[in-house]
Formats: sequence, structure tokens, C-alpha cells
Amino acid sequence: MNLCEAEKTFILHGVEENFRVDGRERSQYRPMELETNVVAHAFGSSRLRLANTDVLVAVKIETDVPSVDQPDEGKIEFFVDCSANATPDFEGRGGEELATEIANSLTSAYRSTKAFNLSKLCILKGRKCWKLYVDILLLECGGNLYDAVSLAVKAALWNTDIPRVLAVNLDGNNVEMEVSDNIHECVKLDIVPAPVMVTISKIGEQCVVDPSAAEEQCATASMVVAVSQDRFTTVLQSGSGSLHPSTLRESLKLGLEIGSKLDQALIEVLKQKPAKKQIGFLM
Amino acid sequence: MLQEIHIRLAETRDNTPLAINQRVPKIFTPGEIISEQQEFMRGHGTYEEDIYLKASVAGIKEQVNKLISIRPLKSRYNGEIGDVVVGRITEVQQKRWKVDTNSRLDSLLLLSSVNLPGGELRRRSAEDEHMMRQYLQEGDLISAEVQNVFSDGSLSLHTRSFKYGKLSQGVMLKVFPSLIKRSKTHFHDLPIGASVILGNNGFVWISPTMVNQEDNVGGFTQNLEEVVPRGTRETIGRLRNCILALAQSNVMLFDTSILYAYEESLKYNVAELLLPEAMVDVAILTQHKLNLSEYS
Repeated sequence: MNLCEAEKTFILHGVEENFRVDGRERSQYRPMELETNVVAHAFGSSRLRLANTDVLVAVKIETDVPSVDQPDEGKIEFFVDCSANATPDFEGRGGEELATEIANSLTSAYRSTKAFNLSKLCILKGRKCWKLYVDILLLECGGNLYDAVSLAVKAALWNTDIPRVLAVNLDGNNVEMEVSDNIHECVKLDIVPAPVMVTISKIGEQCVVDPSAAEEQCATASMVVAVSQDRFTTVLQSGSGSLHPSTLRESLKLGLEIGSKLDQALIEVLKQKPAKKQIGFLM
Repeated sequence: MLQEIHIRLAETRDNTPLAINQRVPKIFTPGEIISEQQEFMRGHGTYEEDIYLKASVAGIKEQVNKLISIRPLKSRYNGEIGDVVVGRITEVQQKRWKVDTNSRLDSLLLLSSVNLPGGELRRRSAEDEHMMRQYLQEGDLISAEVQNVFSDGSLSLHTRSFKYGKLSQGVMLKVFPSLIKRSKTHFHDLPIGASVILGNNGFVWISPTMVNQEDNVGGFTQNLEEVVPRGTRETIGRLRNCILALAQSNVMLFDTSILYAYEESLKYNVAELLLPEAMVDVAILTQHKLNLSEYS
């Protein structure tokens, strides 16, 4: 989708006026809809819809051998799949670049031990650990992918149940572990400090959050910050364009504010009772 | 002051159906048996299996004598001659533009079926062919009329009237083509200070009302300097959110329903209309008002 000059002008003037095309202010988010536990055969899953952006995340767990550098830590791996249903641009290998970009940004955002403590995933130091595979599927793209993906990932990890290990036996070189038979006896991860990402786009002279697909096209530059409990874990620039140092400082401040507010809103909704009925993504 | 961020759980969603106390036609689902007799003819959206006639799309039944067809509720746009459409230029080719009109295939706009600046009866020279990108380039939005439907279903458009042509500042929305009510005119200058073009193809264009139409000869001008005033902008934003709210609840779109929705939405501010509760509320009130005016 390419916008014409007149449409861009309309959006640009709206941002300057602090009244965007859909009536939002520059620092206002669109309402979101979240559902957890949508995939029955995953250890944890979530689906987030932000206007037209639709993301499905599933977490799978396997046992693995810890790496030599961090013998007392587990592993986490992100994989993004851009479905060609989302936009025709993703057809063939079209979405691959974006997918690696998002996956890399998540990896670097979750790397800090203050944001996500991997040592909880260790079963036996140097011998056995859990490995989390976080699979992200983009079902529809309506702008602001990074934010939606990071929120959905956090919700899916919150929903993840890790089997309780009762005993670990060392038999020569073999590590044997005994997992609780009761499928409801599980361990939850501490997800509260996990990072959320906020995209800040510079449109004209102003910075906006939560850009729609049309607004993303008008942006001269945009950056993504990952915020974990009032700390930045990652700052990266998406796309081309440059930011003035003073704009950068301003947008970092804005990102931090919005990020902690977003995090608060997410945790609040996650703490609500889990859904009794399934909605799924067909409705 | 930062605005609140709303995250809702999916199970709290309000799925109230709007058509209460109304006769709802039966909706056939793909594979459902329409008729067990063999005397009927197979129309669009149906297929024969064994001895039965079955639906191949989800939609409602339409019967003309012995011909049965199923009209899908959600589909791409199937053009008909005379339809008003809004489209986006995707490609500039030899003597023609390709236009995205939400159909299965891109539509054609021939250089010979547009009004070029300088009068209707002007000859088209080789020069005009070189200038094509200056009239319309990739990404530009146009309003046009369907001139012809080809055998493969692709459309040929024309803009040979002053009301058609390039669109200037405003906002475009996409809804399902089946939600646009067919009427005598699809161009509406609403009394609230905005114009709406309800394209039959499901593309809706909302723009500030033009005051001086006369100097807009040929429809190839875009005023990029003009700043839309705040009041008009709010009206456009409100209309946009109202139309999306109606479309979400599957209310037919025409000038009256849009105006009713606008009136009902005035108790919310524009950004609040993005909230699911407000959208459902506006749609219910609009439907109610439409029902009342129908029976009075």
C-alpha cells in the first residue's frame, strides 16, 4: 500500500495539530484485545489484536544442554513467522528480513538478567536445562508490529507452565529426571520484569507512539525502545532516517513513560482471572 | 498528560447481535445442501455434488425462476457497469493505468477514458502519453465509474465527468463491499461539513467539503498547502470511526445511517470511539433509529 502525497499531508498536519486521523493524541495508544491460552498443545500461548495488527504467540519447551559459557542458565529462542496472509509483501521470502529483525530485537531485549532471569530454567548445572522456543506468527499487519509482538510474547510467557521436576538422577553420563505426573503441577516463570517494546515514530517535527500502517509510511525516522521496569534493555532504530540528539532524548523519555504505562496495563489484565470460554481468532 | 492504555480480555467482548426482532435470511455455509431436487440450475456460489446442489460460499440464497445462486456476505468486489468506485493507482503502463479497486484483478483506466485538462474533446497526443505520470502516479487515489466488465471479471473504469477524478486530502477506509447500500448517488456532501464517497467496491473516502469546484478542471489538482482546520478534522475523524463502528456491526452504509451514527456518537469524544463498547453502542443506537424511521 502506497499513500499519495495528499493523504500524507493530511496525516502530517493532523500530527502537528495533535489530532491524528482516528482522533488520537500523539501519545495515545489504540485499544487492544488479548487472549491467553489459545493454543491447546502449547505450554503457553497468547493472541493480541491491536486495531488491525494480529499476533499469535506459542511457547514450546524442550530440554537441552546449557551452553559452556553459562552453565547455570537455560535458553530462550525467538522465531518469527510472517504469514503471507498478513500482507502480500510477505509472499515467498518477502517477510524474512522483517522476521529476523523482530526476532533479533526480542533476543537482545530479553538478554539482560534483570529483564528475564534464565537461571530459573536450569535443571542441573552444566548438564540439563529447559529451552523455551517462542514462536511468533504475524496474522495481520496494521502497523506497530514491535509493540504488539512484545506484548503478546510477554503474555504468552506469563501463561507458560513449566513442568515441575521432582528429582534429578545422575547415572554415569546420563541425566535422568523425574517430572511430576500431575499435569496441573507446574512452575510459573517470573515474567513481571520482562520487557515491552515501544515504537516511536517521527512524523514531521513531532514524535508519535503506536503508529498505524498509514502513519508508518509518513514517518521520517522511527526507533524502538524495550523497557523493563523503568530501565531500557534495548534501543534500536527501525528503518532509515535520522534523529536529532534533542529529539532522541525526548523520544527516549517518552518511550520510557509509555513503556512503563503499557507494562502496567498488561500486567493488570494478565492478573485477571483466566478466561473460561475460548474466543479464538476466527471470530 | 498521558492517556490511559486499554487492554481488554477477548472474553469480555460484547458480541450483541443487532438484528433483534428482525427477519434474518438464512445463511448458507459452504457445503450445505441448498436443494435436493435436480430441477434447479447452478448459479454463482454453488456446485453440484451427487444429486444435490450445494453452496460453495457463505452467504444468502437468491433465486430467479430456476436459477439458484448464493451471494457471499464477505467477498472481493464484483464490479457492475455504472458502479461508483474509489481506487488506488498501482501501475502506470502504455496508455493505461492499473487501479486497485479491491477486485480479484486490478482494474484498467485507459488514457482515452479520462478527461485531460483543456477540454473534453481534446485529441490525445504522444505528449500526453509521456505526461501520464504527472496526471496520476502510483499511490494516487481516484474516484471513477465502471465503464465495462471484461470476461475475466476485471473492470475498465472511466472518469469522464467532473465529479470523478483524483482525490485530494482526506482519509480512505476499507469495508466489505456488501455493506455499501446501492443508491442513486454515492457522493454525499454531508451537512456537518464533510464529503463522503461510498465506493461500491467497499472503499470509502472522507474529505473536507470543497467550496470552489469550478477551478478543479479535469480533476488533476491536489492542494497540498491547504491545512484542514481543526473542526473539519474532528468531523472527519468522527465520521471515520463511526463508519468503522457500523461496519464492525454489519450495519449497511448509506448517508442516513452515517448521519445517524454521527449524531449518536456525539456523546463520546473522537478517540473514545475506538473503544469496542462505544463502537457497539453507536451501532445499536443507529440501528434502533433506522428501525424507528422505517416504520414511522
